[in-house]
Amino acid sequence: MHRIARTLLLAFLLVAAIAPGLRAEEPLRELIDALGQAKLSDMDEHIAALAKTGDPKVVPVLEALGEGNLYARKADGQVFLTKESGSTLSLTDPVSGESVGEAPKAALSKVKVNNGVRRAVRSALGSLTLLSPDRDARLKAAQSVLQSPNAEALGAIEDALAAEKDGEVRALLEQARATTLIISDRPVEEKRQAVRLLKENGGREALSILSAALNAADDSLKPDIEAAVASIEQSQALWAAGQNVWYGLSLGSVLLLAAIGLAITFGVMGIINMAHGEMVMLGAYTTFLVQEVIRDSLPGLFDWSLAIALPLAFLVTGTVGLAMERGVIRFLYGRPLETLLATWGISLILQQAVRTIFGPTNREVGNPSWMSGAFELGGLTVTWNRLWIILFALAVFAALLFLLKKTPMGLQMRAVTQNRRMASSMGIRTPWVDALTFALGSGIAGMAGVALSQIDNVSPNLGQGYIIDSFMVVVFGGVGNLWGTLVGAFSLGILNKFLEPYAGAVLGKILVLVLIILFIQKRPRGLFALKGRAVEA
Amino acid sequence: MTIRARVTGAFLAAVLSTTAFNGAFAADDTIKVGILHSLSGTMAISETTLKDAMLMLIEEQNKKGGLLGKKLEAVVVDPASDWPLFAEKARELISVNKVSAVFGCWTSVSRKSVLPVFEELNSILFYPVQYEGEESQRNVFYTGAAPNQQAIPAVDYLMENEEVERWVLAGTDYVYPRTTNKILEAYLISKGVKPEDIMINYTPFGHSDWQTIVSDIKKFGSAGKKTAVVSTINGDANVPFYKELANQGIKAEDIPVVAFSVGEEELAGLDTGPLVGHLAAWNYFQSVDNPANAEFIKTWKAYTKNDKRVTNDPMEAHYIGFNMWLKAVEKAGTTDTDAVLDAMVGISVPNLSGGYSTMMPNHHITKPVLIGEIQADGQFETVWETPGLVVGDEWSDYLPDSKDLISDWRAPMSCGNFNVSTGKCGGKGS
Repeated sequence: MHRIARTLLLAFLLVAAIAPGLRAEEPLRELIDALGQAKLSDMDEHIAALAKTGDPKVVPVLEALGEGNLYARKADGQVFLTKESGSTLSLTDPVSGESVGEAPKAALSKVKVNNGVRRAVRSALGSLTLLSPDRDARLKAAQSVLQSPNAEALGAIEDALAAEKDGEVRALLEQARATTLIISDRPVEEKRQAVRLLKENGGREALSILSAALNAADDSLKPDIEAAVASIEQSQALWAAGQNVWYGLSLGSVLLLAAIGLAITFGVMGIINMAHGEMVMLGAYTTFLVQEVIRDSLPGLFDWSLAIALPLAFLVTGTVGLAMERGVIRFLYGRPLETLLATWGISLILQQAVRTIFGPTNREVGNPSWMSGAFELGGLTVTWNRLWIILFALAVFAALLFLLKKTPMGLQMRAVTQNRRMASSMGIRTPWVDALTFALGSGIAGMAGVALSQIDNVSPNLGQGYIIDSFMVVVFGGVGNLWGTLVGAFSLGILNKFLEPYAGAVLGKILVLVLIILFIQKRPRGLFALKGRAVEA
Repeated sequence: MTIRARVTGAFLAAVLSTTAFNGAFAADDTIKVGILHSLSGTMAISETTLKDAMLMLIEEQNKKGGLLGKKLEAVVVDPASDWPLFAEKARELISVNKVSAVFGCWTSVSRKSVLPVFEELNSILFYPVQYEGEESQRNVFYTGAAPNQQAIPAVDYLMENEEVERWVLAGTDYVYPRTTNKILEAYLISKGVKPEDIMINYTPFGHSDWQTIVSDIKKFGSAGKKTAVVSTINGDANVPFYKELANQGIKAEDIPVVAFSVGEEELAGLDTGPLVGHLAAWNYFQSVDNPANAEFIKTWKAYTKNDKRVTNDPMEAHYIGFNMWLKAVEKAGTTDTDAVLDAMVGISVPNLSGGYSTMMPNHHITKPVLIGEIQADGQFETVWETPGLVVGDEWSDYLPDSKDLISDWRAPMSCGNFNVSTGKCGGKGS
């Protein structure tokens, strides 16, 4: 009897000794575990309660929640941070931060998140990490408080602003303070200042905040806000014109890439090559294969995948082009209708072959990190992938021009296309020059495919979307003239983008076609017509 | 000449290879099922999967002993994404191959093109894709969603849960998006949304340069009201659209996009990391967690011998339609069209979202509506679900032309467009 009493007493003492430590952890754990049981509609409150603790341990929990890496154990409802490894999850205790082994996925259920939860997480994380020692974390925090302004965070923002030394973060925080101030219950005079600051900074976000604040604002403040909105809208309209030019250039560069190979096969050689689009498609599939190999065996090289794919795509499509020329087209020179039908047949065969090998569905081609995202240039939004594609298109154009004008091979090509018999008499092996020229045009189409895989679907139909546009550009620019293709592509791109906001995408495209038909009536040889004897040949 | 002969040969070979499946010279002890899905051309990207799904369902049924003591035999034809060819191939299936029912079509225009054939030759078509409604035919069973089973609940969700006040209705320029957007516009206005808060935008098929439109959406969304995009963009145009959204940094938390034509198959060609949180409304997601679905996914992966193949909503529609047809034939005891048409109404079979779907007298079925958010692994996570099943409403209540119309194919009414205000059969769409 005594012994049992003594053991009990001992146990009691032990618990009492540990308890203080437990007590400090318990509320946090309870709050975290509550996330596992909460309904989506109540999550906001749970997140706010967690954020209120101000505990730095909350940050990784909220981050995991936002990313969908927070799981609750089905057995006891305990919530863990997880990391996926195959069919199991490795668990980390959210309070102690220690790893607690692995568990099969079936034993855990994911804590559900939706956009509302992600918004709440973003705003909570923003105010929690404003004072983080890491500059990048502070920058991110400032961005998120700017994106989801919350009147309660105003105090935290002002504290952070007082402590902040870094210029870029400070500027963001100033803006965040202004946006938050407008929706808070501060005096009108302070708000007026905030409106002024937003007006100076401008931009779409400021516009959005000001228009939203307009309805709820104090009457004396309304004229200020209206003036600010008007001034921002005006500067936005100016930038919009610049933005349209940029979009036009970018569309033009895509047209140029698609058409430049055709400018050789159709423009220089005069072959109506309906399989041109399929060369672009083969180039895109080459990129897919290269990325597939890299993903499986050399993940570190992913950012280089496009550079590796470029020469390979050139070789693959160049070889296919060579085979096409040797196998079919050389028998059909001078018979445009038969060439058209034969190349159209080849395009169908290539499409169906790719469909059989790779399946009919889209294939995933990833963007390397240097081609993702966008940056702001004044009021312009410039996406990296479009910028690189413009530069790439111009580089390909320059290289091709150099090849045609400055190398012996280019000389032979021009000689053969201008006067075949004379060139032959001079000892040029015209059949091989034909074959190589066609292979060059096809290879360039393949390289275009590498670039287009970054912005379009990689599917067997990829080429069909570009074939009509390509012919349009070459005919508009003037058959046989590379400069014409360049000017044609960019002017069609810009024309299209200026029509689109007014006429809509469908009507815009139709208008462009009508304009081209009218133009061709007037100048049948396109923008830059070749003059002289070459025309008759 | 030789080369011309060779090219013609290549052509013939290509044509033959696509029609080679036709070889249906089976004995009389089989029941034939026609599969009318494009295996080449633009729509092959979506429709080939449905052909495979049907072949799998038929193979599974044959393992279970077939139907009425006979084996089922699939007859596959390739209408090659060519709308008039759909009608031709449908005629071939019914008159030459004598199939008992046809499972097929994807686009509304292909369905419209085969309708007269099914009516004339009195056969049965199961149509598995979500569509714009405004139709109910005696010979067609619509197992995909009508607008009230997809579009309207999605808009309701955004209004209630995301408090959206400003709407961009973006679609591809053809009949499904145009009709759906007409219905949605009428619905939004009836809910008190101002016309200036609705922006409608159409793009051509296969549109690939989305820069202007995405930046317009951004501009439209910066008017200080919560904005969402309702996308009826179809097929190939989706990948460049989502890539542009990701690149211009439109996050789901700020401007969510809810899509009606983007499923697991379409996402397979995309890096979904930057798209987490954008939404889709369907009646089925691969991620739905129940034993029937787990079994279906397992069979599908084994059948295609590909562990990465995904399932999607139209596949589930075929699963439901096929099982309904089996049950109706068993009930009728024959594959005779008229008997099966009579037996179909009221048939109830399990669907893959964990409930039962029933064929209604208007030839549409009951389904749950799910709203899912895109996840980083290319799957959807259900964030909302209708509490019960929704009956497909063929004639929209929100369009002035069709709000008085109902459809009931049971005797004695037997009418696809009965006008309740005039009390007569026949009206729009007759």
